[in-house]
Amino acid sequence: MSSWIVAPILIPALTAPLLLLTRRAPNLQRRTSLAAVALLLVASIGVFMLATDGMVRSYRLGDWPAPFGIVLVLDRLSATMVLLTAVLASAVAIYASNGWDEKGHHFHPILQFQLMGINGAFLTGDVFNLFVFFEVMLIASYGLLLHGGGPRRLGAGFQYVAINLIGSTLFLFAVGLIYGVTGTLNMADLAGKVAQVPAADAALLRTGALLLFLVFAIKAALVPLHWWLPTAYAAAPAPSAALFAIMTKVGAYSIIRVFTLVFGPEAGFAANIAAPWIMPAALATLAIGAVGVLASRVLVDLVCFAIVWSMGSLLVAVALFDVTGLTAALYYTLHSTLIGAALFLLSDLIARRRGRWRDDLEPSPVMAQAPLMGALFFLAAIAMSGLPPLSGFIGKIMILDATRPSGAVGWIWAVVLATSLVVILGFSRAGTTLFWKSEAVAGEPEPMPQPARAMPVMAAAALVAGTVLLSLWAGPVTRHLEATARQLVDPRAYVEAVLGAPPQAQLSEPQP
Amino acid sequence: MEILMASSIGFLSAAGIYLILRGRSFPVIIGLTFLSYAVNVFLFAMGRLAVDEPPIIAYDAARYTDPLPQALVLTAIVISFGMTALIVVLALRGYLETGSDRVDQGVPKMEPAEERLTS
Repeated sequence: MSSWIVAPILIPALTAPLLLLTRRAPNLQRRTSLAAVALLLVASIGVFMLATDGMVRSYRLGDWPAPFGIVLVLDRLSATMVLLTAVLASAVAIYASNGWDEKGHHFHPILQFQLMGINGAFLTGDVFNLFVFFEVMLIASYGLLLHGGGPRRLGAGFQYVAINLIGSTLFLFAVGLIYGVTGTLNMADLAGKVAQVPAADAALLRTGALLLFLVFAIKAALVPLHWWLPTAYAAAPAPSAALFAIMTKVGAYSIIRVFTLVFGPEAGFAANIAAPWIMPAALATLAIGAVGVLASRVLVDLVCFAIVWSMGSLLVAVALFDVTGLTAALYYTLHSTLIGAALFLLSDLIARRRGRWRDDLEPSPVMAQAPLMGALFFLAAIAMSGLPPLSGFIGKIMILDATRPSGAVGWIWAVVLATSLVVILGFSRAGTTLFWKSEAVAGEPEPMPQPARAMPVMAAAALVAGTVLLSLWAGPVTRHLEATARQLVDPRAYVEAVLGAPPQAQLSEPQP
Repeated sequence: MEILMASSIGFLSAAGIYLILRGRSFPVIIGLTFLSYAVNVFLFAMGRLAVDEPPIIAYDAARYTDPLPQALVLTAIVISFGMTALIVVLALRGYLETGSDRVDQGVPKMEPAEERLTS
């Protein structure tokens, strides 16, 4: 059964070249892509069901023995993230198939490569392989960001590519340092080896670990490494931006994975090395994100800064590195991915219905379908800003509850609650301007964009409905995520699944 | 050899970082290239420096050097080559479409209202 682990990587990897062959038949290409995403969703559900029994499974590529070959590892965390990716990808593919994919070449093949990179990053059990899947994911994201072209995207694209190339270089420096002192890059093997690093190499190990954290922090848009995000995501086509909502989570996932498994409490000189850096940076992220939400004059900018702000909340909980903290962080991950993507799609839908006002936060004549758009925006804004009864509120309560044992609990609560208020203000001002002040503006209501299609609205509504479901089934979801967090704080099962029982683990020789 | 290796990595990184902080796209790309050279040499050195030791099986070899960093460098070279090619094209297109190759003046302001509808 464990060979099924490779399916979420293989399906998009095989579909992408197939889609390139059908590029002369856009309709066929579109249907193939949608079918592949549906297949991916089924495979992800299968893989998720496989992981719910709490066993960690590993798949050895080419059947090379563990520390030498590359392994894919499926535990509850990776299964959850793969399923989340597939759900998001379905909405994005449906949304893009209704117009956006015609605005440039190769949207669907690049989308599939992006999914391959994201799923690979979630499933791999090897640090260098993580780098490779990061690159697959990034090079596809350049294509998706530039889809449709135009000077604005080219300008933003250059900056985005440059910052990610710098990030990749730092990743390689980190990988080199860690390999230099431990002689392995297999995560499970590293978990045992970092504790045995001699004192003379402690500085190198710590440098490597923190460089790695820096790379993941760039991806997770942690202040002060977040400046690329609002520029890039605001310039991206709406479906690409919605898919990018999971990319910041790949950064957060990598932080959780590497700094619980490899640099956890038993890592000798590098034990718990990231935690003291994450908490202050996460609080700063909350502050900067909230200020950005309030300062935005365009809806899509507001959504970008709301994403930055939500990454702050998420990483506050990650910084605790205990069961309650990780449970809260994972619940918030599911919530903020779905709602962030929904908001990107909604801002595009709204922009299309407002003629020359686009998504500028200025009063305009009433838009087409104003009640429907208003209702969806209202729900999404409630969820994002953390008002009851939707998932943002539940997630935020869990985060606040998890931080109670922390020494800085006063600071954390003050910053989280104050910035939530600011974000609520930002969203209510945006909603008021878009939907209520418009009533007072004279002028003909905007006509419906042509052709009027129901599917894009359904895709955005499905994502909003996802957060409603996440709120309704918060109990079972939280129980699953708590089991996930327990699996994370006790990495023995992971190490055994990869390397076999302890005596066998001794076989790998240390670096001479 | 150690000093030569270490200082060349240092010089390449320093030159790369300086150039990345420049305001035009061409020096930034050259800086990124220098940085990726530096990291390639660095990765290579992480397998320890050795003379006359093959990385793959040879019948007359008494000692072997660590082959893994060499495989890593190969992967890193391929990826950074592809990325550099992409960013060069991106910079050229950006220059042709906006008439400016400055990277420090922010992205072009909000396009005319119709642009995102038609693009």
